[in-house]
Amino acid sequence: MSKKSFRQAINEALRQEMRRDPRVIIMGEDVAGGRGGTSGVQDAWGGVLGVTKGLLTEFGEDRVLDTPISEASYIGAAAGAAATGLRPVAELMFVDFVGCCLDQIMNQAAKFRYMFGGKARTPLVIRAMYGAGFNAAAQHSQALYPLFTHIPGLKVVVPSSPYEAKGLLIQAIRDDDPVIFLENKVMYDEEEDVPDDPYTIPFGEANLTREGNDVTIVAFGRMVGFANQAADRLEKEGISCTVIDPRTTSPLDSGTILDCVADTGRLVIVDESSPRCNLATDVAALVAEEAFDALKAPIRRVVPPHTPVPFATILENLYLPSVEKIEAAVRSVAAYRVKEEV
Amino acid sequence: MQISRDILTRSYQAMRTIREFEERLHVEFATGEIPGFVHLYCGEEASGVGVCAHLGKTDTIASTHRGHGHCIAKGVAVDGMMAEIYGRRTGVCRGKGGSMHIADLSLGMLGANGIVGGGPPLICGAALSHKLLKDNGVAVAFYGDGASNEGSTLESLNLATVWHLPAVFVVEDNGYGEATGSSYACAGTQKDRAAGFGMPYFECDGTDFFAVYEAAEEAISHARSGKGPAMLHVHLARWYGHFEGDAMSYRVNGEVTKERSERDCLVKFRQRAADVSLLEASVLDEIDAAVKNEIDAAVVAAKKAPLPEAEDLTRDVYVSY
Ligand SMILES: Cc1ncc(C[n+]2csc(CCOP(=O)(O)OP(=O)(O)O)c2C)c(N)n1
Ligand SMILES: [Mg+2]
Repeated sequence: MSKKSFRQAINEALRQEMRRDPRVIIMGEDVAGGRGGTSGVQDAWGGVLGVTKGLLTEFGEDRVLDTPISEASYIGAAAGAAATGLRPVAELMFVDFVGCCLDQIMNQAAKFRYMFGGKARTPLVIRAMYGAGFNAAAQHSQALYPLFTHIPGLKVVVPSSPYEAKGLLIQAIRDDDPVIFLENKVMYDEEEDVPDDPYTIPFGEANLTREGNDVTIVAFGRMVGFANQAADRLEKEGISCTVIDPRTTSPLDSGTILDCVADTGRLVIVDESSPRCNLATDVAALVAEEAFDALKAPIRRVVPPHTPVPFATILENLYLPSVEKIEAAVRSVAAYRVKEEV
Repeated sequence: MQISRDILTRSYQAMRTIREFEERLHVEFATGEIPGFVHLYCGEEASGVGVCAHLGKTDTIASTHRGHGHCIAKGVAVDGMMAEIYGRRTGVCRGKGGSMHIADLSLGMLGANGIVGGGPPLICGAALSHKLLKDNGVAVAFYGDGASNEGSTLESLNLATVWHLPAVFVVEDNGYGEATGSSYACAGTQKDRAAGFGMPYFECDGTDFFAVYEAAEEAISHARSGKGPAMLHVHLARWYGHFEGDAMSYRVNGEVTKERSERDCLVKFRQRAADVSLLEASVLDEIDAAVKNEIDAAVVAAKKAPLPEAEDLTRDVYVSY
């Protein structure tokens, strides 16, 4: 056990799985970097944010493949390789670039197993960074996990901390289905204790990061940390919260969510993706349908407005859910009382 | 080739403006005051300017993440650009786009672009507009050697040929896409790619304004005269990292210093101007001084300019909703 950053946790997961299984390969733009450069320095970048640094040195060019800037072909190649014996982990850099290769994910990899009558296995992982908070503007800041969650055949992972990232990524690599693994780009330097040995965290099993009696908060990815901070502050006001990190949006651990709502009767959902047809609407629909009787207050969603992500810091801050916005939402549902019928 | 004094002065001024703008951003970025990603066009100025010297307001260009130079070459106001990069309400995109999304459609500037390979398809559409609206315009896609490997780019070369569009594909080949050399990433040659789609190919030294000007004239007049698309391959070097903050360990020591000392488009321009008595050094000196002041003023104004307001967040998602 030692302190590791989100970046290191992911790097370690990749490294340990590549050691364990020679079929695991990684590919992407500048996952090593330096090829064709004039200095001869290899592994010049190790990923645009240094997440795959050092893997080239240990595993060599056959297993750490730098690609041309050609997402449709290399993401498709990863799907094809997965269906034929390798276990590729392809890095899409910014998830926004899925615009360039969605067909290979949505119509190819995701569909093989069902369409081919259960005869295919596509053990593919696509890693990409998501999220606002970097002033990266409209084409580099989206939180597109709902897009993938919408597509049957894909599994979708949104880790909320370094510990979670390592265990979930190892699980993703060992999983026999196509998995989209989304890393919040603002979190790479966050640190916590992470075991040195490999471990897995199963998909579809939510993590209760805290338990309370008054309000249930369901939050995704980076928002889990925000929700816990809000819950800390609300505790001092006498409002006690349960915080649920679903870990994977597909499969979704609906059982845990429903159990917690049955206990608290009040629900706030925090989701940094665009508000229409996002995970917050999905969870709200689940609870409205399955736990209507338990609800003591309207469900509240803390989500961005229905706009692209703006560039300027002041607008980006307004755009994103915040600890304060979560607190306000929790207070309002905690205070809500059903009107007595007259 | 005869180039008018007016075009020469304006082109030199545009190149100097780009250089000053970018060098200044390099300094300002290091202070931490500039948000987001910034990709500098230093060293590549003659390409954008040599091409845009043949374009008017009715012509269209599409740019890239390395877009400041193309914007300036197409006439976008530097104060508005600087304010945009600082995320100010007075920016050309009201602080909502930033460095990678500077655009001014009223000037035929279809935008810098955060998506590599985003521009070439748009340029097919712009060329279609020029063709069907019969405004005699051409549409020019600037894109990098790295972007030349995107499916969207290769499909656009085909589409422009099939539709016989007044489009020009300008490959700005600076030898790198991020930290990867084009000798690794680009199969075949740009020339053979053009030939493969049946379009004429021109190439030039992108650090020589006069060479770019001449080659661009041929490519653009081919497209403008209704003969279909053309490709212009411009050989360049970038002087800074892929983005600000890149240590460039993939480049041999001294590579950039050598480029700066031997292939500076502004030095070369001055040399040529003196050799054949095109423009007096004093005229160029005056331009240099004026540009410096203009950039200073743009930075001062940008830092003082108002920030966007809360209501800007939800404005302009749609025309009507
Ligand atoms: C679709 C897409 N893939 C990857 C990126 C990340 N990226 C930004 S710039 C760049 C390199 C582009 O190289 P090139 O086209 O040669 O332009 P240059 O930076 O050299 O001007 C990459 C890979 C992106 N922005 N969009
Ligand atoms: Mg390049």
